[in-house]
Amino acid sequence: MYNENLITEENIEMINENFIEDEQLKIDISETVGDIHVEDPRIIAKNVNVFYGEKIAINNVSIDIGKNEVLAMIGPSGCGKSTFLRCLNRMNDTIESCKVQGEIYLDNKNILEKKTDVVPLRARVGMVFQKPNPFPKSIYDNVAYGPKIHGLAKNKTELDEIVFNSLERAGLLAEVKDRLNSPGTSLSGGQQQRLCIARTIAVSPEVILMDEPCSALDPIATAKVEQLIYELKENFTIVIVTHAMQQAARVSQRTAYFHLGNLVEVGATEKIFTTPQHKLTESYITGRFG
Amino acid sequence: MNNLKSRQAKEKRFQLYGIFSILIALSLLIILFVSIVSQGYTAFKETRIQLPINFNEEILDPNNTKDWNIVKKANFNKLVKNAVDEIIPGVEGRGNKRKLYKLISSSAEYKLRDLVEENIEIIGTKEKIWVLADDDVDMLIKGHIKRDLPESERRIDNQELQWIAILESKKIIKKFFNKTLFTKGDSAESEQSGILGALIGSLFALTITLVLSFPIGIATAVYLEEFAPKNNKFIDFVEVNINNLAAIPSIIFGLLGLAIFLNFFGMPRSAPLVGGLVLSLMTLPTIIISSRAALKSVPPSIKEGALGLGASNVQAVFQHVVPVALPGMFTGTIIGMAQALGESAPLLIIGMVAFIVDIPQTMTDPATALPIQIYLWADTPERGFVERTSAAIMVLLVFLVFMNSLAVYLRKKYEKDIN
Repeated sequence: MYNENLITEENIEMINENFIEDEQLKIDISETVGDIHVEDPRIIAKNVNVFYGEKIAINNVSIDIGKNEVLAMIGPSGCGKSTFLRCLNRMNDTIESCKVQGEIYLDNKNILEKKTDVVPLRARVGMVFQKPNPFPKSIYDNVAYGPKIHGLAKNKTELDEIVFNSLERAGLLAEVKDRLNSPGTSLSGGQQQRLCIARTIAVSPEVILMDEPCSALDPIATAKVEQLIYELKENFTIVIVTHAMQQAARVSQRTAYFHLGNLVEVGATEKIFTTPQHKLTESYITGRFG
Repeated sequence: MNNLKSRQAKEKRFQLYGIFSILIALSLLIILFVSIVSQGYTAFKETRIQLPINFNEEILDPNNTKDWNIVKKANFNKLVKNAVDEIIPGVEGRGNKRKLYKLISSSAEYKLRDLVEENIEIIGTKEKIWVLADDDVDMLIKGHIKRDLPESERRIDNQELQWIAILESKKIIKKFFNKTLFTKGDSAESEQSGILGALIGSLFALTITLVLSFPIGIATAVYLEEFAPKNNKFIDFVEVNINNLAAIPSIIFGLLGLAIFLNFFGMPRSAPLVGGLVLSLMTLPTIIISSRAALKSVPPSIKEGALGLGASNVQAVFQHVVPVALPGMFTGTIIGMAQALGESAPLLIIGMVAFIVDIPQTMTDPATALPIQIYLWADTPERGFVERTSAAIMVLLVFLVFMNSLAVYLRKKYEKDIN
């Protein structure tokens, strides 16, 4: 299966091929259509460019992400939505050849500045990955790890409370409460992903980034995670990358459509799915390509 | 359809080749083991003769001082000779007498001396004591010297045979478990030689190797794999050189050790300390390469998960990546150590090949190592050393098999824990 997390040469080549294709189509995608601004934004991205070596992966993307909203990012493979998502908590730092330009403000502070410490940033902007990746430790230790390294609990009782609370909010407590010491990897795929969500919310982030969190799950597990996302939006700002358009329609308030590194259209989810303004958006959501 | 048939035939043929080559390898291995064991198993027994020793006051302590410092100068050999005369009386002539006394190992008088040192009150009493037989007698009892050969081709002549027959009829010559082999150092007399000195030398050297190469190797591997800048010319250069070091003949490391540790730093010759240093030079590349492979095999999603939670790079590496890679690192280290245990060439160069009777007490005492002891004994023509060579090989093999199975066990155990 194609893995959005791994940015390979092949991947970048695909982006370039698509560019050529599009030049033939002669459709302008450099301007974003729709409302990039929201009232009371939590994150403001301005003119973000991402390069892998010489190749451009994100081209001049500006977007606001509102408080307590779920923003879905959709688009064909290799369109840069995961890359953009990973800019929001500087996970792209781990890729050597990756260069990020532009400004991303979280509470009026530019997180792309060199001096920004990524450790507290990532505690504020948590991330859930495509493939469930629990640590090879017990369920309890998986959830307790974040609070431990950030010193969120003063003693064992407080830590217990955080762990139980996080598992409860991730809807997992009832299923695992009598086997907290068994390894996290012994859970089913869907449970593992909810464990990863519990692990993320245990450090009380403000924003949760989800990179195709359901792509490795069966429909029932997917439904549970979607329900969870719906509930979490009360307290968190959530940005979710997804390939499933129905999922975007179900869980999000706003949707952003990416194409070949450009943010083509952004707007209220209902609007995007019923009356898309851009021709490419329309083609994509009606399933003509992707 | 024709194609399918030929494909299946091909597969069958390939399987046959595989089975055939495994059979060849297995039979060679069996031949090796059978030859070692058949030559060496007798070395685990030693022949002893029971002597009625009279701890004669007049010989040991004529002035009745009971002072060990005076007693230790006494002629203990006389006690042995008297006892032998008592069992086999009536032997006349100097030559014959000397031949008679030669049935007993020269270690007998030292054994008596030790007994008296332990308990000075033993003087004046009479006791029956099992002492070692001479190696020729030992070989005869074990059947390595055939009694029915003509006298001229036998190392034991007819008269000696008669004496041994007397001992046998009195049931005072018997085979015991060979304690000497495991409690003594090297000796010129095969019946008095053991592998303990070499074993301790090997253990000292391996300890040094482990203490040095495990932390350095793992630190290097973790740095190169997780922290070093990628696409850096200098790092690439270091990597290429580490891989090259793994392929360098070990004797070169010995020469390096000789030049640096002995000549430049002036460390003691023949010491396990230097042996360990040289062996760690040799083991380091193995440990680094296998540890890096272990680190590489850790799924990157684990590290990403930790980073995504706000762990620093160091925390992600040491709390998540390294623990998962640790069994692989252990395996690599144990295999490297097993290699070092069997290594002899670099130790030859730094002088750990020597006739050393004393058991090394510290890491700077002169010592040999197990493979070198095997080499030294294999060089000796006496029949007694032939079986001891095989016995030492068996001991070495037992250690190697033990270390390798430990590596397999650790890998299996931790793999289960992680998946």
